[in-house]
Amino acid sequence: MPESTKELYTEEITLNMGPQHPSTHGVYRGILTMDGEYVVGVENVIGYLHRGLEKIAENRTYTQFIPYTDRLDYLSAMLNNLGYVQAVEKLMGIEVPERAEYLRIIMAELQRMASHMVFVASFALDLSGWTGWMYPFRDRERILDLFEMASGSRLTTSYLRIGGVAEDVPEEFWPALKALLADLPRCFEEYDGLITGNEIFQARTKGIGILDVATALAYGVTGPNLRAAGLAFDLRKARPYGIYSRFDFEIPTGQNGDSFDRFVVRIQEMRQSLRIIEQAVREIPAGPVRAKLPKVLRPPKGEVYHQIEGSKGILGFYLVSDGSTRPYRLHIRGPSFVNLGAFPLMVKGGTIQDLVSTLASIDIVLGEVDR
Amino acid sequence: MRVEPQALTARLQEKYGPAIEVLPDPTVTTILVPPERLPAIAAELAESFNLLLDLTAVDWPEYFEVVYFLWSVPEAEELRLKVRLPKDRPEVSSVSACWPAALCLEREAYDLLGIVFRGHPDLRRILCPDDFVGHPLRKDFALAQADRWEEGPPAR
Amino acid sequence: MASVETVFLSGDQWLKNWLFSWGMPESWVFLCTVVVYAVAVLLFVFANVIFLVYLERKVAGYMQQRLGPNRVGPGGIFQCVADALKLLGKEDIIPASADRGLFRLASLLIFIPATMLFVVIPFGREMIVADLNVGLLYFIAVGSTATIAVLMGGWSANNKYSLLGSMRAVAQMISYEIPLAFSLLGVIMLAGSLRMSEIVAAQKDLWFVVLQPVAFITYFIAATAELNRGPFDLPEGEQEIIAGPFVEYSGMRYALFFLAEYANLVSVSALAVTLFFGGWQGPWLPSWLWFVIKVYFMIFLFMWVKWTFPRIRVDHLMGLAWKFLLPVSLVNVFVTGTAIKLFQAMGW
Repeated sequence: MPESTKELYTEEITLNMGPQHPSTHGVYRGILTMDGEYVVGVENVIGYLHRGLEKIAENRTYTQFIPYTDRLDYLSAMLNNLGYVQAVEKLMGIEVPERAEYLRIIMAELQRMASHMVFVASFALDLSGWTGWMYPFRDRERILDLFEMASGSRLTTSYLRIGGVAEDVPEEFWPALKALLADLPRCFEEYDGLITGNEIFQARTKGIGILDVATALAYGVTGPNLRAAGLAFDLRKARPYGIYSRFDFEIPTGQNGDSFDRFVVRIQEMRQSLRIIEQAVREIPAGPVRAKLPKVLRPPKGEVYHQIEGSKGILGFYLVSDGSTRPYRLHIRGPSFVNLGAFPLMVKGGTIQDLVSTLASIDIVLGEVDR
Repeated sequence: MRVEPQALTARLQEKYGPAIEVLPDPTVTTILVPPERLPAIAAELAESFNLLLDLTAVDWPEYFEVVYFLWSVPEAEELRLKVRLPKDRPEVSSVSACWPAALCLEREAYDLLGIVFRGHPDLRRILCPDDFVGHPLRKDFALAQADRWEEGPPAR
Repeated sequence: MASVETVFLSGDQWLKNWLFSWGMPESWVFLCTVVVYAVAVLLFVFANVIFLVYLERKVAGYMQQRLGPNRVGPGGIFQCVADALKLLGKEDIIPASADRGLFRLASLLIFIPATMLFVVIPFGREMIVADLNVGLLYFIAVGSTATIAVLMGGWSANNKYSLLGSMRAVAQMISYEIPLAFSLLGVIMLAGSLRMSEIVAAQKDLWFVVLQPVAFITYFIAATAELNRGPFDLPEGEQEIIAGPFVEYSGMRYALFFLAEYANLVSVSALAVTLFFGGWQGPWLPSWLWFVIKVYFMIFLFMWVKWTFPRIRVDHLMGLAWKFLLPVSLVNVFVTGTAIKLFQAMGW
């Protein structure tokens, strides 16, 4: 070959990453085009966990669908419950008792922290920070214990009901919660000391996977990923649902929209969640936890779109009723699904190691991507 | 451009005629747009509504309804856009040029409901396997259908 | 105490006498003792590897607020025995598209240099298999041949992840070989010899780690990279290229790579002790016990680093070797040389 003698012959390789791969956070599959260690292009391949939840919803009553929402983003079952039951309540115009509203806030913010702890842990692990993996999981365990006290289940809680919550929390819940709240600030400092401040961690995440505000909005990226780019857009402030308007908290934002900012924003968000819970625990009134509702729910004809600030971004439920006991159509906006759409853009030109860290930094859960 | 929904719809009606219809909805301003007007209106709306939060479709007995959920983040305003498509030929222009978020959302609507988005750069199935037959979220999709794949069910 | 000190030496003497009493010619006795030495070294390596795997998991466990293995035997001490038995019993899978010959050879080849390194390590007073006059050179030369086996394994598996991993391994090992060798140069200049026993003897009054702290740090970083241990475990890179060159290996073949990795950990720590921490020298305790204590201290340092830091990125890795470690080690050689000349001129 005379051509190859002139210059070294190189070619791009196609690398199939996933659906079985240690750091694709489930069954994500990317078809990477690589120039040596550098990523030239990525094609997302998803759907390996598609269960047709939207179709299932059309064949279940409104109440029967609650347990299915646990399986959407299986790291934030409480938040999914919240989005769904509030959508139904909005459709039917149901008033929720005060105590139930407060319990919902406490559970939702605990769940947000638990989800962010998994993020912090798995982000550290994807950079090979094995020790960083264990510390957040130690603390998440205590949150899951609280969920177990309240609902009998740790991950798939199904604790929220249309018109309230399943039942009031037991006696031993409150001392355990207060002990956890007292310990958490020290735990967050440990994450900062072990991971955020680490020289190698910063070198690997600063300036990597940059997503600016305009691009993020164009691609529909929401939640901590958008806030890391510098836009303080949080539905809890922009369009308060439930009783969020009563609480005093801030929206942490980043500046550069890189992986490091996405990490720091989430740690800050955990601190804000802690503030919200502390206020809720102080103010929670006594009283019933479930509204009086008929046995069979038959919402009026109509449609409603309810969006909440999930742990990964805006979680939306589009509920269409034809007046029967089952939804005519339910559409779920999984934030991870939309966020993943911007992923190929963010990793072009980086190394395969940057790709792994960026994928970890946008925090996807495949249960929600594939639905 | 102010994004106050009432003023906006009035302006749109003035510009594109009475074909722009405001649907009654207690929660958010909802506009019904004729499919052929969608590209122009989308381009105009994209200037102020910078976030396409969601896009989906509903299979009604008489027509398919494609729903666009728009947000203006700086003004915290919402707008819902609807397009009705005939059952026999559910085709509409893609809005992925205005909002790249539609790239994956339109693929999903195509996959699950069979809505064809003209001008979408890569309209393939996204959640179902490539050789899947039918569109599961259509009301006429038989749940107990034996043959879901072109070459029969996968070997066990 | 003297008997404990010389227990191995007297055992050796007893063996020789016993063989002579059978009326063996001297060359045969020599051959027999060499075989015994080889078996002893292998046993030492195997015993250490088994224990190190256990130790690593315990150290990692306690650093991560968990217990580590604690079910098999007291404190989980037999966990690694159970693991080894499991690996032995596993099917040896060779991918259909692999180059079978190379694939098999690589797993054996990786283990040979790992054990050969122990030949020049002084385990205690007069306890060295072969006290070569080029001992240190031998160590570096033999140690670097492991790269070939890693490349062989990664290439022959015919898997893209393996290929990426073995390419990383070659780039990394060649880059870090240079600062490693330069960092040792300072010690050689002070000792004036490549012979291990003389290097140890030269540290009778003062450990070289005091005289050569920069060299020690350079050696430590470069050796971590040579060992493919975290934060320099790029060739394995579990999170991005799964296990790199070893991705297609299973069962005992995989265990051989594993074994070699931990054997290298022992030998590199042993070299560090020999060059910087006075080797087997120490008060009160027998020399070989001092040696083992010091080696395990070094190993603990390596583990501490691994379980604290995330993995470095591939371009930063090269930058660190060429732009930082190499200049620093060169400056260290220059400063050492100047200092030696100065002191000589001043007649110290």
